[in-house]
Amino acid sequence: MRVIRTVLAEDGALLREGLAALLDRFGFQVVAAVGDAEALVAAVGEHNPDLVVTDIRMPPGFTDEGLRAIVRLRQDRPELPVVALSQYVETSYASDLLDSGGGVGVGYLLKDRVGDVHEFLAILHRVAAGETVVDPQVVRKLLKRSSTPLATLTNREREVLGLVAEGYSNAAIAARLVVTEAAVNKHIGNIFTKLGFAPGEDRNRRVLATLTYLRDRAQP
Amino acid sequence: MTSVFGVASSKPEAAIGVIAPRCRIGGGENSTSAPLTTVFVVAVRTIWEAMARRRFLLTSWPWRGLSYVLSTPLVSLLVGMAVAAMCLPWFYLASRFLRAQPTAPAETVLVGLMGLVVLVAGGPLVAVPVARLERLRLRLVDADPVSPPVVATVGSRLGRLRRRYTEPATWRELAYLVVVTLAALPSAAIVLTLAMAVALIAGPLLVEPESPLALGFGQVRTVAEAAPFALVGAVSIPVTLYLVAGLAGLHATAARALLSGADERLRSELVEVSRSRERLVTAFEVERRRIERDLHDGAQQRLVGLILQLGLAKVEMPPDAPGTGSVANAHDQAKLLLTELREFIHGIHPQALSDLGLPSALQELADRSAIAVTVECTIPQRPSAAVEGAGYFVVAEALSNAGKHSGATEIRVAATVRQGVLTVEVTDNGRGGADARHGSGLTGLADRAAALGGTLSLSSPVGGPTTVRAEFPCG
Repeated sequence: MRVIRTVLAEDGALLREGLAALLDRFGFQVVAAVGDAEALVAAVGEHNPDLVVTDIRMPPGFTDEGLRAIVRLRQDRPELPVVALSQYVETSYASDLLDSGGGVGVGYLLKDRVGDVHEFLAILHRVAAGETVVDPQVVRKLLKRSSTPLATLTNREREVLGLVAEGYSNAAIAARLVVTEAAVNKHIGNIFTKLGFAPGEDRNRRVLATLTYLRDRAQP
Repeated sequence: MTSVFGVASSKPEAAIGVIAPRCRIGGGENSTSAPLTTVFVVAVRTIWEAMARRRFLLTSWPWRGLSYVLSTPLVSLLVGMAVAAMCLPWFYLASRFLRAQPTAPAETVLVGLMGLVVLVAGGPLVAVPVARLERLRLRLVDADPVSPPVVATVGSRLGRLRRRYTEPATWRELAYLVVVTLAALPSAAIVLTLAMAVALIAGPLLVEPESPLALGFGQVRTVAEAAPFALVGAVSIPVTLYLVAGLAGLHATAARALLSGADERLRSELVEVSRSRERLVTAFEVERRRIERDLHDGAQQRLVGLILQLGLAKVEMPPDAPGTGSVANAHDQAKLLLTELREFIHGIHPQALSDLGLPSALQELADRSAIAVTVECTIPQRPSAAVEGAGYFVVAEALSNAGKHSGATEIRVAATVRQGVLTVEVTDNGRGGADARHGSGLTGLADRAAALGGTLSLSSPVGGPTTVRAEFPCG
C-alpha cells in the first residue's frame, strides 16, 4: 500500500501529537502537523499532500476556521481529500464540505471516532481514495427531518440512503441490512429515480443523493 | 402596598423606592402591619398644611410666609435685571419699531436670533444659581428640603456643560425665572395691602386735629374718627396674613415642581438599576461562554486525546494479553464520558449558537426533539450574544416542556428579527393548560427576558394550542 502523505491540523497539542503518532504508525506519513488554519493552508501549499485531516474549530476565532480553510483549499484543488473533525455535529458544516469540490473525497466526523482506531484509519483510506464519508450522527439527525424530496422515499430506502451517505458500498450495505446486494441495488435505483437523478456514473449519483440528503433541511 | 408613616426624613434620597406621602398623620387600620420603624407624629411640613389648622395665626407659619413673600421682590429684582440684560437685543429691536425707524428684514432676523442665542446660552447661567438660592428660600415655607437635580460630576468640563444644557431640569429652572419675576407683582401688592392695614391701625395714634390724615376713604381729624378705620385695619391683618400664606403656598408649590430634581434622580437611578441588571445578564452569558470554551478546549480535548491513546493501546495489545479487557472497558467509559461531557457543555452554552447563530442552533434543538419540529427563521443580522442566548433558551425550555407535558405531535418554532425586535415563538398542537407557575423554567426565563428589556408570554388554553412567545429588543 502506498504511503499517504498527510497534513494534520489540530490546535490541541496533545491530540495533535497523538494523531500524528497514530498516523505515522499505521502507514501514513504526516508531512506537517500544525496548530491553526493559516499554517494549514501554508503547509498544504508547501507539501501538496494526499490527505488533509483538520479540526474545524481552531485559533484565532475558535469557530469554523479549519472548515473555511479546507473549503478554500478545495477551490484550487477540488480533488484534495479532506477529513474534518468536529467536537459536535453540525449539519451545515457537513453540507458546506460536501458542496466543495463536487463532494468527492470528503470526510466529516465527530472527534470521538479517532478512538476507534481501525475504523478511523479505514475512513481516512476511503476518503483519500476519493470516497465521501459523513458521520453516522449527522446522517441520523438528517433522517429525522421529514420534508421534501426525501418524504417520497420509503423507510427502507431512507435507511439505504443513509448508509450511502455514510459512504458504505453496496456490498457493505447489503451486509449491514442482511439483504442481498441485488436488493440494495434495487433500492438505490429507486432512490435515484425518486430523487430525479438520470442514470450515469454511479459514484456521482451517490454523491448527488448524499447532497440532496444533506441539503434537505430547513433553511438556516 | 406598605406605606411608611413617620417623620419625613431630612434626607429624601434615603427614601428612594418607597412611595411615601410627604406628610401624613400616622395610624390607620393597617397600622398593626406597618413596619417596626413606624413613628407616629403629627407634624406640619408645609404652609398649606399649616393654613388648614385652626391655630395657624398663633404659629410661626404666617411670619414664615410673610418673610417668603417679602423676600420675593428682592429676588425678582435681581433676576429681572439679569433677564433684562439678556433681552437687550430684543429691546433694541422693539425700540426701533416703536420709534418707526426703518429696519432691514435681515437685521431684524439677525438681531432677533442673537437675542435668542443670548437667552438660551446665558439663561441657564442665571437660572442655576437662582434655583440654588430659591431651593434654600423655599425652606421658609416648606420644611422638606428640595433635592437638586442630579448634576453630572464626571466627564470633561465641556461634556458636563453639554449635559447641563441638555437636561430638562435646567430648562425647568429657566422657566422658574419667569415665575419668580412675575411673582413680584402679587407679592408687592400684598405687601402694600399689609402696609396699609398697619397704617390704618396706627391711625388713632398719629392723628392730630391740626394735621388730618388721608386714609384713602377720606380724611380723619380725631381719634374717634380714626378708630373705625383702625378696626378695619385690625380685622384685615389676619385676612391679609392668610392671603400672604396662600400666595407663599402657591409660589412654593410652583417652586417645588420646577426646582425639584427628585423625579429625575429616581428616574436616573431606575435607569442605572435596569442597566446594571442588563449588564448582569450579559455578564452571565459571557461567563457561560467562557466556561463552555474552557471545557471545550481543555477537558474535552484532553479526553479525546485519552480516547485516542486508549484506542491505540487496545489495538497494540495482543488480544490475549492480560488487561486487554480493562483497557477496552476504560476506552468505552472514556467514550461515554465524552458523550456526557458534550451534552453537559451543550446545556451550558451550545457551540452552534456562538459559532453559527440562532437559525443553526434552533435547527439543532429541533433535531434533538422527539416530536416533529419545523423551524422558520428570518434573521437578517445576528442580535447580541445575550439576546441570542435568551431567545435560544426560551425555545429550548418550551420544546422540553412540550416534550414532557403537552402530548403534542407537531411543534412550530419561528424566530424573526423585525424592526429591531427579536421574536421567538414556539407553538405546539398539544392539549394546552400549561401553567407558567408550576415548576416550568419559564419564570426564570421571563426574568431574564425582562432584564434585557424583553417580554415572555404564555398562552395555553385547555385543549390547546400552547404558544410561548418572547420578544427582545435588539436594536
